[in-house]
Amino acid sequence: MTNSWNDIKNTDLVLIMGGNAAEAHPCGFKWVTEAKANNGAKLIVVDPRFTRSAAVADVYAPIRPGTDIAFLSGVMRYLLANGKIHREYAKAYTNATYLVKEGFKFEDGLFAGYDEARKNYVDRSTWEYQFDDQGMVKVDDTLQDRNCVLNLLKVHVERYTPEMVERIAGTPKAKFLQICEMIASTSTPDRTMTSMYALGWTQHTTGAQNIRSMAMIQLLLGNMGMPGGGVNALRGHSNVQGITDLALLSTSTPGYLVLPTDREATYDDYMKSRRFKPLRPGQTSFWQNYEKFFVSQQKSLFGKAATKDNNWAYDYLPKFDVSYDVLKMVDMMAAGQMNGLFCQGLNILMASPNKAKVATGLAKLKWMVVIDPLETETARFWENHGEYNNVDPKAIQTEVIQLPASTYAEEEGSATNSSRVIMWHWKAVDGPGESKSDMEIMSALHLRLKALYAKDGGAFPEPIVDTAWDYKKPENPDPAEVLKDINGYALEDIPDPADPSKVLLAAGKLLPTFAMMRDDGKTSGGMWIYTGVYTEAGNMSMRRDASDPTGLGIHPNWGFSWPANRRVLYNRASADPDGKPWSQRKKYLEWNGQRWAGGDVPDYGPTIAPDKNVGPFIMNQEGTARLFARAAMPDGPFPEHYEPMDAYIANPLHPKVTVNPVVRVFAADAKSFGTPDKFPIVATSYRLAEHFHYWTKNVHDNAVLQPEMFVEMGERLARAKGIKDGDWVEISSQRGAIKAKACVTKRIRPIMVDGSPCDVVGLPIHFGFIGLTRKSQPVNTLTPSVGDASVNTPEYKAFLVDVKKTTPPAAQPATV
Amino acid sequence: MTVEAKPVSRYTTAARINHWITAVSLILLALSGLALFHPSLFFLTGLFGGGQLTRALHPWIGVVLAVSFLGLFIRFFSLNFWKREDTIWMKNLGKVINNEEEGLPELGKYNAGQKLVFWGQSILILLLFCSGIVLWDTYFADITTIDQKRLAAVAHALCAIAAILIWIVHVYAAIWVKGTLRAMTRGSVTGGWAWKHHRKWFRQEVGKP
Amino acid sequence: MSVLQALDLRRRSASTVPPPPAGKAAAVEVAKLIDVSKCIGCKACQAACLEWNDLQQPIGVTDGTYNNPTDLTPTSFTVMRFAEHEHGDELEWLIRKDGCMHCDDPGCLKACPAPGAIVQYTNGIVDFISENCIGCAYCVKGCPFNIPRISKVDHKAYKCTLCSDRVVVGQAPACAKACPTQAIYFGTKADMTAHAAKRIIDLKSRGYGNAGLYDPPGVGGTHVMYVLHHADKPSLYSGLPDNPRISPMVGLWKGMLKPISLAAIAFAGVFGLLHYVAKGPNRVTEHDEEQAAELEERKGA
Repeated sequence: MTNSWNDIKNTDLVLIMGGNAAEAHPCGFKWVTEAKANNGAKLIVVDPRFTRSAAVADVYAPIRPGTDIAFLSGVMRYLLANGKIHREYAKAYTNATYLVKEGFKFEDGLFAGYDEARKNYVDRSTWEYQFDDQGMVKVDDTLQDRNCVLNLLKVHVERYTPEMVERIAGTPKAKFLQICEMIASTSTPDRTMTSMYALGWTQHTTGAQNIRSMAMIQLLLGNMGMPGGGVNALRGHSNVQGITDLALLSTSTPGYLVLPTDREATYDDYMKSRRFKPLRPGQTSFWQNYEKFFVSQQKSLFGKAATKDNNWAYDYLPKFDVSYDVLKMVDMMAAGQMNGLFCQGLNILMASPNKAKVATGLAKLKWMVVIDPLETETARFWENHGEYNNVDPKAIQTEVIQLPASTYAEEEGSATNSSRVIMWHWKAVDGPGESKSDMEIMSALHLRLKALYAKDGGAFPEPIVDTAWDYKKPENPDPAEVLKDINGYALEDIPDPADPSKVLLAAGKLLPTFAMMRDDGKTSGGMWIYTGVYTEAGNMSMRRDASDPTGLGIHPNWGFSWPANRRVLYNRASADPDGKPWSQRKKYLEWNGQRWAGGDVPDYGPTIAPDKNVGPFIMNQEGTARLFARAAMPDGPFPEHYEPMDAYIANPLHPKVTVNPVVRVFAADAKSFGTPDKFPIVATSYRLAEHFHYWTKNVHDNAVLQPEMFVEMGERLARAKGIKDGDWVEISSQRGAIKAKACVTKRIRPIMVDGSPCDVVGLPIHFGFIGLTRKSQPVNTLTPSVGDASVNTPEYKAFLVDVKKTTPPAAQPATV
Repeated sequence: MTVEAKPVSRYTTAARINHWITAVSLILLALSGLALFHPSLFFLTGLFGGGQLTRALHPWIGVVLAVSFLGLFIRFFSLNFWKREDTIWMKNLGKVINNEEEGLPELGKYNAGQKLVFWGQSILILLLFCSGIVLWDTYFADITTIDQKRLAAVAHALCAIAAILIWIVHVYAAIWVKGTLRAMTRGSVTGGWAWKHHRKWFRQEVGKP
Repeated sequence: MSVLQALDLRRRSASTVPPPPAGKAAAVEVAKLIDVSKCIGCKACQAACLEWNDLQQPIGVTDGTYNNPTDLTPTSFTVMRFAEHEHGDELEWLIRKDGCMHCDDPGCLKACPAPGAIVQYTNGIVDFISENCIGCAYCVKGCPFNIPRISKVDHKAYKCTLCSDRVVVGQAPACAKACPTQAIYFGTKADMTAHAAKRIIDLKSRGYGNAGLYDPPGVGGTHVMYVLHHADKPSLYSGLPDNPRISPMVGLWKGMLKPISLAAIAFAGVFGLLHYVAKGPNRVTEHDEEQAAELEERKGA
């Protein structure tokens, strides 16, 4: 979240699209009801289904799964064509006025530089600004130049007329325009809109671009950095924000630093592209501090072994060739290229797409370790469960080792929520039986591996042997000690740069802020963005002071919100270039003559005066936000609508380029995509409020509240197929087939796509063949093994299926 | 000279057992039913081992009554068809109540009052049985709607009260008309009783070999 | 739940209740306000109810709706009922938390024959006291909302207690505590009514011209109230009664019929007695015996 859960109460308009907050985030949804009840806010829900969120919405509009960019680009077109943008904001705080290189173009669904053979944009040199002699970006403040970003954007979205949106997304024109009008109402400085999204946007082959589209809308409206504004990712697990921060992606290291590639063999190669000089005069370009964060992290990882002489143990880091995301792992397993697998808190048999492929892969492993508090389908993948998991155990030789782990309530530690607030939790009870905390399990494993490498050596034992593990109880570190390590501390006295005779921070002291980090090895810190969470003043994540002096939902002394306890990111943008709030109604930060004053920590130099013209988006080299993404996105600097890989229609915008042209498709999956002639129904998958993923089907009360797998379908489809409520239905895709009970509902209507009705079915993801709920074949039996072009999030939200009435599964077990 | 007539057989042993099973069931049903009918009589549940047992036993006793009464019905229904003399008897009910029975037509085995008791109880027990099934939640909760249950509750109560009233008439008549009770205890009545109350029947009985 | 018998009672089934001792302050009436317009149907209230009351509802099957369990049971005191309401091109998904309404004039209590099996506290909560319950299911007939359920295990009636055991120690009911969107409020009936008024203003501003409070006068008002977008048509919400009242049949059964019946029985008894006293027994005369003997002789001859 750029803002916070609590901040949603400040909003005037909530747009829930690409998520179903009431269903999947009911506790966070309270802030929507708060905004509605006490701030007069309106709620818009755009979703293929009339969801629980829609049940309390002011306006609901249907959309075909996988067409969000068409819808959002249509919104952008509406805003630009009707002058409903916050012009002053866009000019000052975005790259709207920046000039883009002449050669940049977009034709027939492709941006400049596409290589048909390599299925990639190999030449992205034109996805760049025009620079002057000083290396500064050329701008046109008059917005007249046809190459300025805003004009290029206008041209790009011109095709997304309300009629085109209706053709692609199926959203009725009148509904669409009503929503545009409501969104446009927040282009004034005194009104804001908040965007709440979740995996409904990410789980597409255009996932990252879905979210970028919304970011662009919010920038055009001037809603970034504003109270009640922002683009807010609703995280789906407790602490999934924490795992993301601590390097969820295989190509990252903690704190969103980047793992070196195999093209960056030396430290200089690596740092060369990470100096991030400002592209506009006087800008902060905060990533200029990259090296400080990187060196501190290396000191934290390798301690004394990381020295200036060995480039802070740069060589110890793996250098990646390709992304080793979960899809890649499964592909390698299925190709017999992997021996072993650790599934720690991961039920991969249900969580990764194309269950058949996952099962094939698991069966080719020599061993698999499952670390989980619960019995999982993954740990039982070799077991025959009739038609729910029809495998031959004799044919599977994989050795499965299960290590029972404790749950969050059986251990203490920190968790980070969607608001980026790190909160400590305390142990309530001991875990059952022989369960151990994940930390203890991994520590034991680490120490044994280390001992083995120390004893036997090997090709390159140093990265393992030299890993710093200076905890008081190395076999089971105290989580507080680990949090201190993440926070960082001074290894030596840190002199004051202004007066080197003074000591800013004595050796051994915890770092109060990441500004204290040094690139000379004097500081250690596992993850710069968390610095400040554990200082000499104590464990900030334990704070539970609910007071909110400004009444804006900031709660500065509740836990610790990274970075720097900041609750709303880019909050400098809540004031105009002169430092005055855009409107008194939305007052958040303002320049008081000496410093930036307000209830929150400024996302800005606290004493940098407005007349210095430093942009509010300090992480960017430009100081401004990017409507034009340069080369940061693999699939283009502007979002473009591409059909899901299981394409329901040829792309009406450019039929020759129907799907995202840079999506990674494994050779093994080339024939795994469905076509509408065989699979004429669009399916989407989602969570139910009654369950959490694959866990709560093990909990009696949750199983009572939703006991069994079902498929939601509209009345038209049900009628055509002769299906009634509670009938058994077979749902098949190019990947496989499952059975589910029919839930016939008015809440899914056929969506008019290109003039003809498109039936949509919905499939909850929770049910499997382990647990207290009725047995079911996992839904990922149906889903395609392909991911987002940027980060490879699997495309669970839009795929093609067929349905037909069928017989009940053979061995429906008796009532538990 | 006093002439003693021989006793006349009125009920077989089986009929008497049948009657007394019915009678005991009816009394138990009345007691348990009234216990659940009016709060001031709830104390009667003590006779049955408490409220839960009273609630559980009452319908089963009802089943016994229904079966038992069915036996009585089969035995006696043909003797209870309405005859012309019954109408005359009914017209002279006032005289009957005043113990002035001279001039009334000769009657068969049952007089009109008894026939009315018979048919009244037959209909009421049928209604009580049906409404009782509706109210018997332990087994039949799901076969009817709540509105039907409400109707059944009212009907059951009304029928039960009517049945109790008829029962009172029935019992009182047995007490009032001396010589009656022995028909159900010993199975026979005196000739004089038969002559006085059911002369037509008496003539038939005497004529039998 | 009998622990709460320490509370002052306003009514007690099949009993007369003396008023609270003189000088004792009148209890404040409480109410739960369910704001249907804020409810997202997440069933947190159902889960909280199962947990707090330690209920072991069996795991069922889905019937193709979101209603699970599909109905109230002796081990599910509350269920969410989902209704899809189409008007014109617009759809509404009306989600109502069903459960005991805690009527001010409770039909269950009126119908109950077992003394003290159903009580109403002076705060308005209607509670079933299991130890006194005889399982007759008269409460089912008395209830205008079809709430009580009879357990097949112990043959006692069960329903929402409005967490009387929590309320007595100053806590809100478990469902209200668990509700993530504050669609369930709990407080004094006066406060809840005032709060509802504000919600109704908000709903009217959003185009729900018929928004209103459901506090049906037919049962004397309720201690569980709803804010409805369509207060003119409560039945849209999965059959919430438009104008609930204790069925006239129950009124008859538990009203007039009781005294009249006992009077009739007493009258019949007394009439018999008086008749016997006044007219004396009907005896067979010697003349009858002679006539009978004569006949026997004649036939026997």
